[in-house]
Amino acid sequence: MATACDIAPKRAEPEGDGHASVAVEHLRKNFAGHTVLNGISLSVNRGETLAVLGRSGTGKSVLLRLIIGLDTPDSGSIRILGQTIAGLALDRMGAIRKRMGFLFQHAALYDSLTVGENVAFPFVHHRREMSRSEREGRVKQLLAEVGMESDLDKMPSDISGGMQKRVGLARALALEPEILLLDEPTAGLDPISSAEIDDLILKLQRERQMASIVVTHDLHSAKTIANRLALLNEGDVAIEGTFEDLERSGIEFVKEFLKQS
Amino acid sequence: MSYSGSTVVARINPPLPGQRIAVLGTTVRSAVGVFNGFFEWFGRLGIFSWQVVKAAVTPPYEWRELIRQLDEIGSKSLPLVALAGAAVGVIISLEARYSLSRFGAKAMFPATLVYSVIQVMGPVITGLIVSGRVGAGIGAELASMKVTEQIDAIEASAVNPYRLLAAPRILACILMLPLLTLAADACGLLTGWFAQALVEPLSFHQFIESGFHGATFNAFLPPTFKTAVYGLIIGLIACFEGMRTRGGAEGVGRAATNSVVLASLFLILADVVLVKLILVVFP
Repeated sequence: MATACDIAPKRAEPEGDGHASVAVEHLRKNFAGHTVLNGISLSVNRGETLAVLGRSGTGKSVLLRLIIGLDTPDSGSIRILGQTIAGLALDRMGAIRKRMGFLFQHAALYDSLTVGENVAFPFVHHRREMSRSEREGRVKQLLAEVGMESDLDKMPSDISGGMQKRVGLARALALEPEILLLDEPTAGLDPISSAEIDDLILKLQRERQMASIVVTHDLHSAKTIANRLALLNEGDVAIEGTFEDLERSGIEFVKEFLKQS
Repeated sequence: MSYSGSTVVARINPPLPGQRIAVLGTTVRSAVGVFNGFFEWFGRLGIFSWQVVKAAVTPPYEWRELIRQLDEIGSKSLPLVALAGAAVGVIISLEARYSLSRFGAKAMFPATLVYSVIQVMGPVITGLIVSGRVGAGIGAELASMKVTEQIDAIEASAVNPYRLLAAPRILACILMLPLLTLAADACGLLTGWFAQALVEPLSFHQFIESGFHGATFNAFLPPTFKTAVYGLIIGLIACFEGMRTRGGAEGVGRAATNSVVLASLFLILADVVLVKLILVVFP
C-alpha cells in the first residue's frame, strides 16, 4: 500500500514568502508544576504531513491545542501562515482558524445537530451568502468524500466512533483549510477502521496538499500517512525525521519505542 | 491515667502553646482560602461577563439561536410557572383570610392578595422556579458540551462561543422572566380569588376593583420588571458555571447544582437591593 513517503516529497517547500505553514519555536507549557512541553521547535510546510508520536501524557494533544489557540503557551512562539498568534483576541484568532481544520480525538460532534447540520456548521457561520441549496450540495459532497453521504439525517449518537471521526473530518475540511490538525484520528478504532481512516487522510492530503500535523501513538498509522515523524519524550523532541531516520537512530528511547510499537 | 477506687479518672493534659498556634494557623489559612476562592470566583465571573457583553454587541448576531432560546426558556417554562403561581395564590388566599379575620380587616383581603402576589410572591416564586428549571438545564447542557469538547470545537471552528451559546441564553432569560412573572401573577390572582369565592361569594369584577383601588402603575410595573435582573443573574451564573466545567460526569452534576444554588441565592440577595431601590425611585 502506498504511503505518504512514496507520494509526497520528502520535505515540501515553504510557502511562497518563505514562511512555513506552521512554525513552533521553543514552546514551553506547564500544568500545575509538571512540564509537558520543554522548549520544542517544529515546522510543517504546505503539502507535508508531520506525525507527532510519543507515550501517553507527553504533551502531543497539548501541542495541537496550543497551535489552534485553545490554550496559551508559557513561553515560545507559534506562527501560523507567517503570523504570530500569541496574544491575539478571539475574533482576530478566528480569521486564522478559518484557514485551519481540527479533528478532535473523539470527533466532538455537536450532539443536538444531525450529521448534515454538523458538517454545515462552518458554512452557516462563515458562508452566510451561500444559498440553502448550495450549502446542502456542498455538505453532501463533503460527506461523500468521507463515505458518509447516506447518514445525513442521523444524530451523532446513532453512529459509531469511526463514523463520527469521518463526520468530524468532513466538518474540519468544510472551509477548505490550508492546515489540518488531527488528534489521534485512529484512537479507539479497530484495525480495519483505522486503515480506512488512514487511507482517507492520505487521499485527502494527495488532493488538497494541506500542511498537516497528526498526533498519534500508532506507529503504523504514522508510517502510512506522514512524510516526517517527531517523537516526543519528557517534553522534548527526541528525534525528528523519516521513519528510516528513526530506525537508524542510536537513541535508546527511540529504539525502545519502535520495539514496543 | 490515674486510678481512684473503682473508677478510672482520665486526666487530659491541656494543649501546649505551640499546638494552639498550629490550630489557629490552620483555621486562619482555611478562612483565607475561602475568601480567596470567593473573590476569585467573582473575578472570573466578571471576566466572563465582559467577554459575553463584547460578543453580544458585535455582529454577526445569533438571532436564530436567540429565538430558539426564547422558546426553550419562555414557553417551555410557562406551565410550571403558571402552576406555581396558582398554588401561591391559593396559599396566600387561605393565610390572608385567616390573618385578616383575626384583626377584623376582611375587607382588605383583595388588596392584600393583589399586592402580595404582584409585588412579592409572584416575582420571587417565578425567579426561583426558573432558576431551578432553566438554571439547571443551561448549566448541565453547557457543562456537558464542555466536557465533550464541543465548546472547544465551536471555538476551533472560528465561532465565538460567548456569542453563540452564552449571549442568546442570557438575553432570553432577561426577556422572558418579566413575561413569565406576569403569567404567574395572573394565575395567582385567579386562583386566590377562586379560593376566597368558594368561602364567601365575591365576584371577580368586585375583587379586581377592590384589589387595584387607588393603585398606580408604579405599584406594579417595577416589581414585575425587576425580574429582568433575576433573568440576568440566572442566565449569567448558569452559563458561567457550565462553560468552566471540568471533570467529566461529576463536573456536569456539580455545574448543574451550582447553577441552581448560586442563582437562587444571588436572586434573593439581589431582591433585597432591588426592593429598596424601587421604594426609593418609585415612592
